[in-house]
Amino acid sequence: MELTFYIAAAVATVATILTITRYNIIHALLYLVVSFLAVAVVFFTLGAPFMAALEIIIYAGAIVVLIIFVIMMLNLTHEDVDKEKAWLTPRVWVGPAILSLVLLAELAYIILAPDTQPTEALVAVDARVVGMSLYGPYMLGVQLCGILLMAGIVGAYHLGRQKKKVVHRFLQPKEGRSAAI
Amino acid sequence: MTPAHMEAALLLAGVLFMLGLISVLIRRNIIFMLISVEIMLNAAGLAFIVAGSKWVQPDGQVMFIFILTMAAAEVSVGLALILQIYHQLKTLDSDAANLMKG
Repeated sequence: MELTFYIAAAVATVATILTITRYNIIHALLYLVVSFLAVAVVFFTLGAPFMAALEIIIYAGAIVVLIIFVIMMLNLTHEDVDKEKAWLTPRVWVGPAILSLVLLAELAYIILAPDTQPTEALVAVDARVVGMSLYGPYMLGVQLCGILLMAGIVGAYHLGRQKKKVVHRFLQPKEGRSAAI
Repeated sequence: MTPAHMEAALLLAGVLFMLGLISVLIRRNIIFMLISVEIMLNAAGLAFIVAGSKWVQPDGQVMFIFILTMAAAEVSVGLALILQIYHQLKTLDSDAANLMKG
């Protein structure tokens, strides 16, 4: 279990680094899927198997597929990859990377600082307890999640709606054609 | 589970969050920025799972479900915004969208 965790953690870190350094979006998304799968293994070693399943289904399944659909709709070409390569120069990324690494070093110091912690064995929190808690004291949160998803659907529909396209130029209104030219 | 393992898991959450933060700072492509936000949300969820595992309470996993829901809603609205920006500006450069009136 210990070794599994460390291997999965290394895979997750490397895959995420590869994700954020790719120039091609599809390659980045494939590495992102690997990263999510590794994080799912980490969840499994932490005693949360149901969350590992949800991580694979929703993150690696639904969200990444949604992003891939949008990339297909955008119809990107090789020029975009070259443009991305031109944007990501060392002058751009060195500053934020160093500052963020300083923050990470502080975080690591806080976590790894010598502190007296009682040792205990791993106890898995199974899905039944989570469900009882979710529909017990967290009932209001579940309803708020429903409202949030409803707002997400309505917002995505409203924002994603496009103007109706006219397929033939004779059917096009006059002012529309002049604006198009 | 030994405390070293738990601390390593918390450290992994910090590393993943920081990688997402670096990416959202250095990228100009808005799709990459959205992906980075997803990485950061996932790292936050991992921290919740670690805490829930540490104290053997279901609350951490409940919070992870809420984060998952929020991420799904956020990515749908964000992708709709990206499509709209791409149709208006014909580019994915986030610097191009610097005018309030398009």
